[in-house]
Amino acid sequence: MSAQVTGAQALVDSLEAAGVEVMFGIPGGAILPAYDPIFDSSIRHILVRHEQGAGHAATGYAQASGRVGVCIATSGPGATNLVTPLADAQMDSVPIVAITGQVASAAIGTDAFQEADIRGITMPVTKHNFLITDPREIARAIAEAFHIAGTGRPGAVLVDIAKDALTKMTDFDWPASISLPGYNPIMDPTVESIRDAASLIAESKSPVLYIGGGMIKSNASAELMKLAELTGAPVVTTLMALGSFPDSHPQHLGMPGMHGTVAAVTALQKADLLITLGARFDDRVTGKLSSFAPNAKVIHADIDPAEIGKNRIVDVALIGDLKATINALLPELKKKFESSKPDLTEWWSLCNGWRTKYPLGFDEPTDGSLSPQYVIQRLGQIAGPDAIYVAGVGQHQMWSSQFVNYEKPRTWINSGGLGTMGFAVPAAMGAKVGAPDTVVWAIDGDGCFQMTNQELVTCALNNIPIKVAIINNESLGMVRQWQTLFYNERYSNTDLHSKRIPDFAKLAEAMGCVGLRCESKEDVDRVINEAMAINDRPVVVDFSVHRDAMVWPMVAAGTSNDDIVIAKSMAPIWDSQEL
Amino acid sequence: MSTHTLSVLVENSPGVLARIASLFARRGYNIDSLAVGPTEDPNVSRMTIVVNVEGHALSQVIQQTDKLINVLSIIELDPIASVQRELLLVKVRTTPETRSQVLETVQLFRAKVVDVAQDAVTIEATGNSEKIQALLRVLEPYGIKELVQSGLVAMERGLKPGKSHTPDHD
Repeated sequence: MSAQVTGAQALVDSLEAAGVEVMFGIPGGAILPAYDPIFDSSIRHILVRHEQGAGHAATGYAQASGRVGVCIATSGPGATNLVTPLADAQMDSVPIVAITGQVASAAIGTDAFQEADIRGITMPVTKHNFLITDPREIARAIAEAFHIAGTGRPGAVLVDIAKDALTKMTDFDWPASISLPGYNPIMDPTVESIRDAASLIAESKSPVLYIGGGMIKSNASAELMKLAELTGAPVVTTLMALGSFPDSHPQHLGMPGMHGTVAAVTALQKADLLITLGARFDDRVTGKLSSFAPNAKVIHADIDPAEIGKNRIVDVALIGDLKATINALLPELKKKFESSKPDLTEWWSLCNGWRTKYPLGFDEPTDGSLSPQYVIQRLGQIAGPDAIYVAGVGQHQMWSSQFVNYEKPRTWINSGGLGTMGFAVPAAMGAKVGAPDTVVWAIDGDGCFQMTNQELVTCALNNIPIKVAIINNESLGMVRQWQTLFYNERYSNTDLHSKRIPDFAKLAEAMGCVGLRCESKEDVDRVINEAMAINDRPVVVDFSVHRDAMVWPMVAAGTSNDDIVIAKSMAPIWDSQEL
Repeated sequence: MSTHTLSVLVENSPGVLARIASLFARRGYNIDSLAVGPTEDPNVSRMTIVVNVEGHALSQVIQQTDKLINVLSIIELDPIASVQRELLLVKVRTTPETRSQVLETVQLFRAKVVDVAQDAVTIEATGNSEKIQALLRVLEPYGIKELVQSGLVAMERGLKPGKSHTPDHD
């Protein structure tokens, strides 16, 4: 029998046994017992400045490294500050585990100091959560939490531990195996479903491979390449899937959705078959659902059976891990193609027509001010496809998805589902910790940056030299764009006046970073190169850009993808045969 | 919209009911009734949930519920291949003139009287929803003073699904 340890020691031993190398957190009353053994642990603890930063850092770490991210906070406000990052990670299926302290078990339910029912609060925004009041249950709960977070459809898991469970003595007993009778993710699709899917693909004359974030979670990019080249079908990658298939590949039509390319959006609309892999028919992709891809049959591969038929009725469901699914599909398809392989020449001539006629582009401002798209494009070209790009939410996020070329998985990290402003700086911090030898650029808006920039202090003090490009248009740009388009240019509360208040370069310097500024096109390359050369500290570049730049193309919310607009009041001109 | 009876086996752990209720609330599924209680295994509870949804949404309800880690299994019960019961307690106003008629109704419905007062009797009845509703319709003219009803509980017939149907005496 092992020696008795405190529950807190059992927690830290459990985290070590789960393979945790780093966690992001802030101590406080209820979690304090755990911080004593953390002091002696092999696990690196990064002391953040706000619990929200800890949560997004865990998410950025998980997305960059493919491992489970960990954050830790105290009870009450510490725990409630984790709610946004938990919801964010859960929406984007990112594996993170949050550890929170809870008031002592005898005080639970008495409205004690710093008490919040975080298990109840986070039930709707986690894959699962635990409330532990018995120290003997700590090891098992931690083992199960990591298992649940990292397997099947990944997600957020919270383990709330009462203070007395941390202080009482217990035996540390790491479970040799995990038994969760109610949790059995299906890894392999059925033989019949694979056969049916192969038949549909072999009959299709205008198929599209519609790729979602599951492709990155499943680490199946190599398999996707084989499938794409075997079928010869056009590929579209959603906001969550950028990098899972190289942007430079000739079969890649770009990103579908509200701000996708005309070619990607239109190909989905005109397709006779959607080969949907790890995507979820999100409203930002489908537009008005009833008019989405009206003539298409649907193959839907997903590890989560509840995604099948949630938004779109499917013809063939492939339930399982994408890597296993594609590996099962490839030989079946090869067999089918031996007898007949559909000729996609006509389909490709349509797709190529849309692609050449409506490429992504932008107009330079006529007043000589800096174009935000140009800044982001140059940043992508200079930092290259090996860097990791982390965006906040809004116009800068969409331009980053459009004008940076992504060639590899896990090089694009953003808040897709929840749309969490303030995501970029802490997520970039986590990504840099997860991939320390990689250049990490946060591309942020001036609105987003003002929500979470305090984590640059954490970066500066912990040798986490991230780079931040603030695309400063002195406004809440995406909201302003909607006001321009839908609210008669009545700019209610979107002007941030952030030209010099705050002075982002000085703010950066005050936080121990290098602060740079760029206001003209001539300076863009020089300033980016200057930032690239600094590796001993975080760098912040304040790019003052034109505030009227807009994100195009656009499918207005709730309208049909057929009504895509390429610039203000400019719809694509379709040839009659295309309609 | 149509009603469907779901039989859900869940781990008998704290918070399970809250998880189910939270899921149904946030996804907008309508619960007609919910009953929860122990099973032959002390670690497992059974919930019988009657939902009112469109045909297509039913599979979503089942899949989303099945995703909860504490949910061990979920099946839809076929009304013919299952036994479904509700429990009713109803306090009916009686006068010396109406009491015997009320008692006769109790007999006809194989219900029983569980409490008698000067001006009322309390009746206990079990049965499927139709029987309970029929009994209430007959009792209504006498004056219903108070009424309480359990959620539906249900179980598949026979030892295994689809096997050896036992007679239903209702």
